[in-house]
Amino acid sequence: MSVNQSLMKACITGIGETAYKRWGGMGDRNEFQLACESIQHAVKDAGISLKQLDGFSCFADTSIDASLLQLALGLPRLSFSGSVWGGRGGGPCGALALAVSAVETGQANYVAVFRSLCQGQSRRYGKFYSQRMHADMVGPYGLFSAAQGLAMVAQRYRHVHGFTDEQMARIPLAFRANAQRNPRAVTFGRTLTMDQYVASKKIVDPFRLYDCCLETDGACALIVTTKERARDLPNRAVNVIAAAQGSDPEWGTGAMGSHNMPDAAYITGGQTQLAKQLFATAQLSPKDISVTQIYDHFSAMVFITLEDFGFCERGEGPSYFEAGHGEWPNGRNPINTHGGSLSEAYVHGLNHVIEGVRQLRGQSTSQVDNATTCLITGGSVISPSSAAILGI
Amino acid sequence: MSYLPVTVPGPRIDEVNVDFWEHCNNRTLCFQQCLDCTRLIHPPLSVCPSCQSVNRGWKKAPERAKVFSFVWAHTAAHPSVADVLPYNVVLVEFPELPGVRLISNVVNASEQSLAIGDELELIWETGENDQLLPRFRKK
Repeated sequence: MSVNQSLMKACITGIGETAYKRWGGMGDRNEFQLACESIQHAVKDAGISLKQLDGFSCFADTSIDASLLQLALGLPRLSFSGSVWGGRGGGPCGALALAVSAVETGQANYVAVFRSLCQGQSRRYGKFYSQRMHADMVGPYGLFSAAQGLAMVAQRYRHVHGFTDEQMARIPLAFRANAQRNPRAVTFGRTLTMDQYVASKKIVDPFRLYDCCLETDGACALIVTTKERARDLPNRAVNVIAAAQGSDPEWGTGAMGSHNMPDAAYITGGQTQLAKQLFATAQLSPKDISVTQIYDHFSAMVFITLEDFGFCERGEGPSYFEAGHGEWPNGRNPINTHGGSLSEAYVHGLNHVIEGVRQLRGQSTSQVDNATTCLITGGSVISPSSAAILGI
Repeated sequence: MSYLPVTVPGPRIDEVNVDFWEHCNNRTLCFQQCLDCTRLIHPPLSVCPSCQSVNRGWKKAPERAKVFSFVWAHTAAHPSVADVLPYNVVLVEFPELPGVRLISNVVNASEQSLAIGDELELIWETGENDQLLPRFRKK
């Protein structure tokens, strides 16, 4: 595989996380404190000091403001702060892309990309809130949550392409197995069997409890700088080969809202153009990817993401995963080696980027041998979404 | 007696959706249509995605409706539905009106009987604040 080195001006030099706890488990600290803690960990890991940090990048739907972050962390100079659209899971790689543009254009030297969630102290994403776009067209009929909206897509997918409960179960079971090697995972020490899966309560057909992402409290952050600056820092720099935002045309609010995306796009994740742009920028194809972290809000959506990003043809996601291609350690492209949102933590997918960095540093608890590239995808069916390819 | 309790949160009426919901209160299901290029737009939007016109008109939905997809909710993501589980939510398509779909409910279906492709007929039920809601009956 050949990677065009000239593409890679920005890199990730530090990662940091708080502990992840189950929903409501973070009684002693609030969302802002968690954000500060994760950034402090990332700065320390990068081998820099808070005095050098001069930028913040985040994504929509956050309670945290850069002005108070600068104040609390004592930054002598803040030269960049920004947030991309693509709230909830759409934005993790978009926030990374924003940080990359900031350091590549010289607007900042060291940018912290972060996400902090403390749903135990604020609203729960799995419950109805009327501020969601197009809530007026779905709420009166009881379509309240993301699980319900995305189940509508999964039902249509099952009608058109077909999949069995056992095929879908392979996803939560595989990610849970990965989480059993990862002490940071909220589900560490809690295995999941097919019998437990089948016996678990239905949330909304076809999703059972274990098909739905966790609700957790915690924060994570990473430090982006230029390759030139990274040469003097202790960690092996992980290059951002490509990072992009995007969504397919006429998507609108899609399955997070009114369900009026075009017929042909209904059982996609709306990420087909994003995927093409990402691979074209990286000058890579799916077969060049060593390991992948897919935004796993709901299990069946992993099938659709595999198709959108070209790992298999339309309708082949279930058989691709059933063949073991996404499983660690023997699959050709292990997926969610940290456990994902289904089994590590729900931090709107920024923990997926952190796991990508760990894989390329050789530090994952489910390490893929000789990993040189990692694809990370932001939330499918969310618009705008984002994705990135990291490499060494 | 409506399919879902009237305590389920109704629509928040604003400048963009007011005509849609007023049509509903007159027992007429209408979709927004661009007065310049005739494109259908749902949910309502104040700029036409095809020609960027701001001139908004309305087109009455045809009689024929079908199930495009559906779910059965088994948990209450809002306290108002705690006593009516499981309930269905249906994505309705109108074969003679491609380009728009409507989220609604089918009031007379069981978990065993509801399927993609089922033919539906429009009925009206009362929701929060006496707002009339378009719902459907399986034929």
